[in-house]
Amino acid sequence: MQDLADIALRSLLVSGSATIIAACLGLPLGAWLGLADRRLRLWLRPLLFSLMALPPVVVGLALYMLLSRSGPLGRLEWLYSVPAMILAQSILALPFVIGVTMQGIAAVPAELAQQLRSLGASERQVRSTILREAYPAMGLAVAAALGRSLSEVGAVLIVGGNIAGKTSVLTTAIYQETSRGHFATAIALGAMLLAMAWTVNLAVALWQREPAV
Amino acid sequence: MTGDGSREPCYRLRGVVRVVSPTFELRIGELAVPRGQVFALLGPTGSGKSTLLLMLAGLEPPTAGELAWGDGPLYGNSRPAAVRQSATLVFQRPLPIRGSVRTNVEYGLRIRATADLGDRVAAVLSQLHLDRLAGQSAASLSGGQLQLVAIARALVLRPQVLLLDEPTAHLDPAHVALVEAAVIDDQRERQTTVIWATHNLFQARRVASHVGLMLDGQLVEQQPTDSFFEAPRDPRTCDFVAGRMVY
Repeated sequence: MQDLADIALRSLLVSGSATIIAACLGLPLGAWLGLADRRLRLWLRPLLFSLMALPPVVVGLALYMLLSRSGPLGRLEWLYSVPAMILAQSILALPFVIGVTMQGIAAVPAELAQQLRSLGASERQVRSTILREAYPAMGLAVAAALGRSLSEVGAVLIVGGNIAGKTSVLTTAIYQETSRGHFATAIALGAMLLAMAWTVNLAVALWQREPAV
Repeated sequence: MTGDGSREPCYRLRGVVRVVSPTFELRIGELAVPRGQVFALLGPTGSGKSTLLLMLAGLEPPTAGELAWGDGPLYGNSRPAAVRQSATLVFQRPLPIRGSVRTNVEYGLRIRATADLGDRVAAVLSQLHLDRLAGQSAASLSGGQLQLVAIARALVLRPQVLLLDEPTAHLDPAHVALVEAAVIDDQRERQTTVIWATHNLFQARRVASHVGLMLDGQLVEQQPTDSFFEAPRDPRTCDFVAGRMVY
């Protein structure tokens, strides 16, 4: 039981940290792109969408090569460690945060800016109001990033190695327990993963709630 | 609703052109909008009323021509932003911001850091019978209710110039009367200049002291209301007023 809690906490630590890093970088970048020229978004959208579909095992492989002892970042000695797992998941989550934030801001009707200006808003106030309009999209972006991180297995397995008590997280533990035939433990871990994802999304839904009707 | 002819006009336009698309442009030869009165812009949909209002609101500059606000050009150095502090446009399709009706009505006052915000908002909400909806999400409102909120968030600012783009298009007769009374009461109390775009002849006659007719991007005629309806000069105005013009 201690092991299960340990694994669940490590999952939260890895995926939570990766989501925080991706949010810190991705929300400002996505906001900037969302407010930027439409043509720039037109060019960047296909690239971002491709990055959203980046296979985790490919990211895991690339990071493995970078972090392995003979690789350019080998001196960090991060391979098979929690920081390497956080780095991998941050890379996977970042395009989600940028893309969904950008799309959410771009979806705010252009005429709203004119209406705000006519109410006396300065350009800075217009921009900050438009960003506030996109808060639900930003919440969704962060939730999607956390969802992807929590359920991701390929990259953390490659760079973390699923070492018991050190780098084992819910997804990699489920993989291992299933391959050993320990289905009851795998199902318990799966239930914990689902409960975690549901709690996170419930929190986001409550935060996005409109004022009382 | 008699005017003070000695006062300088609020807006003066001369040879103003705005190219909207390859197939539509607005051309105003001469127009002087009297200060402190209600000027109705009559005309069918697509005649250029909204385009003209956007220019007067300091939101879209003319392509060519002279557009003066008070004693200087409206689109001079950083003037549009100053004009927008005094002239407010209620759009035909108002868009709310996220939050409650109260949040929306407060918006213009909050960005101006107004001190007596609460009292002013409460007064306008009550005037437009919106008090019971104050806490409701603006996103859940009907088109007509949203139009009332848009009028409230403009009136609460006590603008010098109130530009209205078909503000009662989605309202039932009772609410039309409510909006007309609210705008006219405010106009009389504060001598606001109101430019009211409408395609409704009867509304123009009820609310305005001056009326202009727009057709196909041009200002056909402008006159004091009585003369406009009783003795129109342009044959197109005669047809429009008599209901012979189908649009």
